[in-house]
Amino acid sequence: MRPLAQSETAMTIAAPLAVGLVIVVLWEIVCRTAQVPIFLFPKPSDVALKLASDWPSLLAALWMTLRVALQAFISAIVVGVLIAFLFVQSRAIEKSFFPYAVLLQVTPIVAIAPLIIILVKNTQVALTICATVVALFPIISNTTLGLRSVDPGLVNLFRMNRAGRLQTLFRLRIPSALPYFFGGLRISSGLALIGAVVAEFVAGTGGRSAGLAYEILQSGFQLDIPRMFAALFLITLAGVGLFTVMTGLSKLALGQWHESEVGAEA
Amino acid sequence: MLAPNKTFPEDAGGRVPMGAPVVEILSADKVFPNGTRALAPIDLTIAAGEFLTLIGPSGCGKSTLLKLIANLIEPSDGRILWWSGAFDRVGSSGRSLAFVFQDPTLMPWARIEANVRLPLDLARMPKAESSKRVADALSRVGLEGAARHYPRQLSGGMKMRVSIARGLATDPDLLLMDEPFGALDEFTRNRLDADLVRLWWERKLTTVFVTHSIYEAVFLSTRVVVMGAQPGRICKVMTIDEPHPRDESFRNAPRFAEYCRALSAALTEVSLQQMQG
Repeated sequence: MRPLAQSETAMTIAAPLAVGLVIVVLWEIVCRTAQVPIFLFPKPSDVALKLASDWPSLLAALWMTLRVALQAFISAIVVGVLIAFLFVQSRAIEKSFFPYAVLLQVTPIVAIAPLIIILVKNTQVALTICATVVALFPIISNTTLGLRSVDPGLVNLFRMNRAGRLQTLFRLRIPSALPYFFGGLRISSGLALIGAVVAEFVAGTGGRSAGLAYEILQSGFQLDIPRMFAALFLITLAGVGLFTVMTGLSKLALGQWHESEVGAEA
Repeated sequence: MLAPNKTFPEDAGGRVPMGAPVVEILSADKVFPNGTRALAPIDLTIAAGEFLTLIGPSGCGKSTLLKLIANLIEPSDGRILWWSGAFDRVGSSGRSLAFVFQDPTLMPWARIEANVRLPLDLARMPKAESSKRVADALSRVGLEGAARHYPRQLSGGMKMRVSIARGLATDPDLLLMDEPFGALDEFTRNRLDADLVRLWWERKLTTVFVTHSIYEAVFLSTRVVVMGAQPGRICKVMTIDEPHPRDESFRNAPRFAEYCRALSAALTEVSLQQMQG
C-alpha cells in the first residue's frame, strides 16, 4: 500500500518535528513573558542569532569534535572487530579477556581521561584514545555475540558440504553477525561523540583543546550563555546526524533480508 | 541400473535387498558423552534406489541413526560403510550425500537461487554449470518464479521446497531427510510428499526419510523401519509392496489403509513393550 507507506514516512519525520517546534515556540513565549535574563536562560531566538553571528568559529569547533569522534569511532570498529574475532576463536581466550573489556567499559572516562591526556603528548591523539575507550565495548560485545549466533542447522549444512574454515567465515559467520554488528555501531557512534566531548572537557580545563566542549567551557566562563546553547545544539545535531547515518547504513546492508529493517510489510 | 518394478523382500530373514548396497550399518551403536545410550547396535543395509523410512516414538534414536548415516556424528562402536568404503572416500569417488533438515535452514541474507547454489559454490563448481543446476532444481520443485526472492518472502511449504531443491542441486546419490515436513499442515505435507515421491522415482534417488507420520511412511516408502526406544533399536522392518510411481489414488486405495493398520499395530506393539519395560 503506497499511500499508507508514504503517510507513515511523513509521520516519522513530521510528528517529531511538530513536537520540537511546539517546544521551541513555548520556550520563546515563556522566556519573553517572564522576561528571563539572557545570561540565565536565553530565548531560542538569541541562540539562533548567536549561531548565525559566530558561525565560522563554532563550525571550526564542531569539525574538531566531530573529527575526534569519527577517528575514535573508526578505531573502535577496527579494534573491536579484531578483538571479537579473537574472542570467538576459543572460549578460553574470551573467558580470560572479557572481564577486562568489561572493566574498560565500567571505568568512568572522566576518571581516566586526565591520565591519558598527561601520558599522550598530542592532544588530538589523547582525545581520540579516550573516545575510543568509550565507544569500544558495544562493538566487542555485539560482534562477539553475532559471530557466535550462527544457526546450528546452517553450521551442519556447511559441514556436510565440506566447507572450509574461510568459506564458513565469509559465507556464514560474517553475514550472521551483521545485524548484531550494526546494532553495536549505532550505540557506539553516539558513544564516540560523548567520549570526544567528555575528553575535551577534561583537556579543556587544562586549556589544550579547541572543540565544542571547549567552546561550552569558555562561553560559561564569559557568561556568553547563548553561545553555550549554540554549541550544545551543534553537539546534539552531530549526534543525531551520526545516528541517522548509521541507521541508513544498517538499512542499506540489512534492508533486503533482516526482520529489524524489513518493516511492516503485508 | 534398476528394474522399474522393483520390490524389496523383508530384511528380517537376512536376505539382502535388490540393488547394490549404498550404506551398510554394521552393529553401529551410539552412546552420548553424558552416558545416554541413544542406539543399541544396529544392523541395516540401505540398497540403491530404495526409499527407506525410519519411524518410531520420540526418543527412539531415528534422528541419531540418520545423523550416523550422514556422518554428522560417529558411531561409538561398530562400523558404517558407504558404497562399501569409508566416508573419506565418498568425495573422491564422485558420490555425494544431501541432507534435508527438519527446518528449511536457509540463509536469510541470500536470495533463493543463492541458497540453492550454496552446496555447488562450496564445491567450487563453475558458475555456468551451477546456474543451470540451480534453475533445474528450482523448476523441479515448482519454484522457478521465486529465484530472486528472499526466504522471508516465502511460506513455510515453499521454504521447505527450496531446502529440497538445494538437496537436489548437487545431484546426490543419497538423500537423507529428517522429518522435513513435520511442521507443515496436512494439505501442504501431502502435496510435498507427492512431489517428493515423484522426484525420487524420476531421479532414482536412494532416500532415507525420518517421520512420525504413519500415512507419510506408507505413502512414500519401499521399506519402513519401525524403531523402539531405550535404547533405540530396530523392532520391525516392513515392505510396502506397491508399484511406483504412486499418486493420490494410492492414498484412497484399500491397500493403503491395510498398510497403515499393519504399521500402526507394529508401532503400538513397540510402545507397549516399552511400557512393560
